[in-house]
Amino acid sequence: MTEPQPILEVKNLRKVYKTIVAVDDVSLKVHPGTCLGLLGPNGAGKTTTIEILEDIFEPTAGTIHYKGQPRRGSFREEVGIQFQHTSLLNYLTVKETLRTFICLYGDPEEFDTLVQRCELGPLLQRRNNKLSGGQQQRLMLALALVNRPSLIFLDEPSTGLDPQSRRNLWQIVDQIKAEGKTIILTTHSMEEAEYLCDEVAIMDKGRIIAEGSPEALIKQYCGSSAILLPLSVDTRKLENLPYLWQQQKDQIRIDSDDIYTTIAALSTLNIDLSGMSISSANLEDVFLQLTGRQLRD
Amino acid sequence: MKLQRIWALFLARNLEFFRDKAAFGWNFAFPFLIIVGFGFMFEGRNHQQFKVGLFPVAAEELTFADTTLPRSFQTEERVQFIPLPGRHSGEELLRHHKIELLVDVYSADHAYWVNDSSPTGYIAEKLYLASFLPENSQVANKKIIEGEEIRYIDWFFPGLIGMNMMFSALWGVGYVVVRYRKNGALKRLKATPLTPLEYLCAQTLSRIFLLMFTTAVVWLGSDLIFDFNIQGSLWLIFFLFFLGGLCLCSLGLILAARGTSEEFTSGVLNFISWPMMFLSEVWFSLEGSPEWIRSVSQLFPLTHMLAAIRKVMNEGATLIDVGGQCLFLAAFTAAALIIAAGMFSWND
Repeated sequence: MTEPQPILEVKNLRKVYKTIVAVDDVSLKVHPGTCLGLLGPNGAGKTTTIEILEDIFEPTAGTIHYKGQPRRGSFREEVGIQFQHTSLLNYLTVKETLRTFICLYGDPEEFDTLVQRCELGPLLQRRNNKLSGGQQQRLMLALALVNRPSLIFLDEPSTGLDPQSRRNLWQIVDQIKAEGKTIILTTHSMEEAEYLCDEVAIMDKGRIIAEGSPEALIKQYCGSSAILLPLSVDTRKLENLPYLWQQQKDQIRIDSDDIYTTIAALSTLNIDLSGMSISSANLEDVFLQLTGRQLRD
Repeated sequence: MKLQRIWALFLARNLEFFRDKAAFGWNFAFPFLIIVGFGFMFEGRNHQQFKVGLFPVAAEELTFADTTLPRSFQTEERVQFIPLPGRHSGEELLRHHKIELLVDVYSADHAYWVNDSSPTGYIAEKLYLASFLPENSQVANKKIIEGEEIRYIDWFFPGLIGMNMMFSALWGVGYVVVRYRKNGALKRLKATPLTPLEYLCAQTLSRIFLLMFTTAVVWLGSDLIFDFNIQGSLWLIFFLFFLGGLCLCSLGLILAARGTSEEFTSGVLNFISWPMMFLSEVWFSLEGSPEWIRSVSQLFPLTHMLAAIRKVMNEGATLIDVGGQCLFLAAFTAAALIIAAGMFSWND
């Protein structure tokens, strides 16, 4: 069976600012109808990468193919973009802003559809500078959908939002996904990536250091689960345990593919299991495993 | 180029301007206050007044009884008399150019003091000396110019409106575009099919619409106060304001094409606007100034705009008479728009 043609294919992408290499040899494929998340610590090159893919910045080297062809002038007619940092005309209302952007495209979405999808109905007469963070993000998302895009870029869409607004935004994005649209998003939030993304690419220092589905990455880098023991456990006994373990700040962690066998091994070594708990590994564990736990500037 | 996109942005920018009450109010208040202020300063006083210190005269009793001051000098309307207690205080004022001439009003030999480094002092001295000539003596043949009088305000007013247009166009376009670039608004527009030329045309048209609107309101208000004497067509005057405004907006777009720092852009805008204000005959005529200054002034669009408007307003010139200036302004606008579109960057 042949692999379907990717909607976006990037090869050996590189971006250099004077002496700083922001993006270094990034290659990836995005298939139609999937959601790809670019994850990474601050300064990893996520935003630079996504803005090159959006055709906002030119790469120093590398190729980008959209639907099998180099991007053309019509690219901006067909993709939707939500930036991390942007601004709108302060004194315009939500309704006027949407109408203005609708006029910029040849085949725009219906005004009412946009309003309904992004839940902007009660906000139509409100000025842009009077919107809360979550309301602004919903408006920005609506603007990204104005041209009925087949490919949507979302750069940290939920940064700075409270939990309710974040959940609300995820639900809207989930509905967009359900319509078969392709999404590329960057995020700091592992919870967001696990909720929305079919595939993730973890970036660090301008390079992609791991990619795959969240489940596959968790399995590959953290095992499926972890047994957590209190620090009071006699660690000398653990020396004989046939599994990898690590002493963390407030607990001892044992990553394991088979919880029952591991517990049996711990019992055999007469280790006190009274304070034991079991934790399923998640994407954050993968992220920390790959990018380290040191504070990044 | 799609007109629909230009129209959408034109409307959006205008809505923003009219809703920003502070900016909106200031765009009317500033030119109106300047015009009314300067208008009243110069109205009915088309000449300079010279300050002449008189001593020894008590501040509260400035009378000329028993003084040796010539009668014709006492009634000279170009002179403002300043009473002074003594010579010493008068000399201090003269040294610091606060008065042009100092006269001892009881001196039998009409003693006076003047600061030789003061050009206005030289004129005041000549006025004083001329007042000693017999009243009916005729040393030259005086003729009065014929025709309707052109008051100073009639000459000065287009300059003030032009100056306001220049600042509003350069800052309203140049500074605003840089601000939009810095806050990411331009980046958002770059993600749409909008082209730089479409965006720049929308910005220019929006600003010229606002400029013409404010100019019309300020003109109407000022005309009610000063009753301007207009020799030519008012429509032609407004057409020239339109053409000049477009030209100034286009110049603002070049300055804003790449700037990312509001501070740097302010500096560049000042660097352009201040010489243009002084060399484009806003405040005074360059008649008699060195040739190179007049040559430099011809580079500025404001010079051509004001020259054409004054020709129409003060001399009754027609469109054909000001065709050269119109061509210059139109060509400058087209060239500036093309250059700005070529240089334009959406990103910071």
